Amino acid sequence: MSAPAGLDSVRGAASVLPAPEARPGPPLWLLLELTYRCPLHCVFCYNPTDFARVGQELETAHWIRVLREARALGAVQLGLSGGEPLARDDLELIVAEARKLGFYINLITSGIGLTAARIRALKAAGLDHIQLSFQDSTREMNDFLSSTRTFELKSQVAALIKQYDYPMVLNVVLHRLNIDHVGDILAMAERMGAEYVELANTQYYGWAWLNRPHLMPSRAQLQRAEQVTRQFRDRVGDRMRIFFVVPDYFETRPKPCMNGLGSVFLTVAPDGLALPCHAARMLPGLDLPNVRDRSVESIWYDSQAFNRFRGQSWMKEPCRSCPERVRDFGGCRCQAFLLTGDADNADPVCDLSPHHQIVREAVTRAELHAPPVQERPLTFRDHRISIPLSKG
Amino acid sequence: MSAAASKPVVGRGFRLQWEPAQGAHVLLYPEGMVKLNASAGAIMSRCDGQRTLQEIVADLETAFEVQGLSADVTAFVNMAIEKNWLEMRE
Repeated sequence: MSAPAGLDSVRGAASVLPAPEARPGPPLWLLLELTYRCPLHCVFCYNPTDFARVGQELETAHWIRVLREARALGAVQLGLSGGEPLARDDLELIVAEARKLGFYINLITSGIGLTAARIRALKAAGLDHIQLSFQDSTREMNDFLSSTRTFELKSQVAALIKQYDYPMVLNVVLHRLNIDHVGDILAMAERMGAEYVELANTQYYGWAWLNRPHLMPSRAQLQRAEQVTRQFRDRVGDRMRIFFVVPDYFETRPKPCMNGLGSVFLTVAPDGLALPCHAARMLPGLDLPNVRDRSVESIWYDSQAFNRFRGQSWMKEPCRSCPERVRDFGGCRCQAFLLTGDADNADPVCDLSPHHQIVREAVTRAELHAPPVQERPLTFRDHRISIPLSKG
Repeated sequence: MSAAASKPVVGRGFRLQWEPAQGAHVLLYPEGMVKLNASAGAIMSRCDGQRTLQEIVADLETAFEVQGLSADVTAFVNMAIEKNWLEMRE
């Protein structure tokens, strides 16, 4: 699963963001990760590497209660993700309830399992929108990167999406192994009649973190891909809207991750853990609440996990006195933790961070040499592998 | 751009709804949301694909007891079409 896209656009809701230390606004965006089960084994998946250890999935009634409680607080955007959300056979029930409540419902899917019967039922239930992921423009690379044979199937699903009059929205996660194919990927999208294409460079969490040396592109690759994208955009104009998400390791300022934790975004993981971002399970010292035990309202407003990174009092220097802290909130807590060992540090993507060299070195390594394939092969997201990875 | 006789309607893939929690009309679209101000909400909520632009202007002028809204409403509608928030039915 790629990270849900376009969170930045929730900034359109900026006028309802709270002033620091004021009572936070509602969780406008709700992401339900319905299951970690997935027929694909993508090397860049952001799901936790120890997903096999994650406890039993919530039941339908839990999800329905979460929807009702979140909507009552003012949640309005709903992402249904995973894993592969189509692996849940109650997906149609969940969509129907969400639509009745007034959510705008996005299905974020690999397309595997989206038959004509299911898309018809989902449409009838009120699903607003489908985002289909592709791994590459070629059968070989798509199937290699996902460790499956899915390319033909996905192409059929793309046709179904058109047939049922959904906007065709493709998401392709870019990295060293496919970024040189951007021209072909865009041509494929055009042939499918895609209206929106998100070229999302890998963000290094979960399985992508594990595989980072293999996935990090070189700056030259990145620049070529951007140039190809620009030329393509000039040619097709408004017919196809293309979003190119630059990998943040190549930036000098961090992304305003989640608009700050606990400001607009609430994820519920398959086991019912409520997370202020879908990667936050990794953060030490967060007492993550479970929707089995607590109401969404109590989780959002009162739990330690959702208050821990609200406001600015948790920040260290250089963020604490930085004028840009109100814009980027110090960047990504998970990235700060992964790269510096302390989630309270500035995201080291920022060149004001004393740890910025860690990011620079990772980029330099990607420039200098091919990844150490022999020393450490690519690790496909897999249940069997997840079990040993979850020890220690 | 928009002729007075064409009928604006909320664009495909977008949904307009009133959000009590925000006290505003919002426009929902894939993975995003625009909170509309009162006048944008008043215009867009009348764009049902049934009424012409001219009728919408007249309706707004009646509702808000003002005259001469045509230029402002047309400018907003044109901007909204550019952003795909609205489409025109002939």
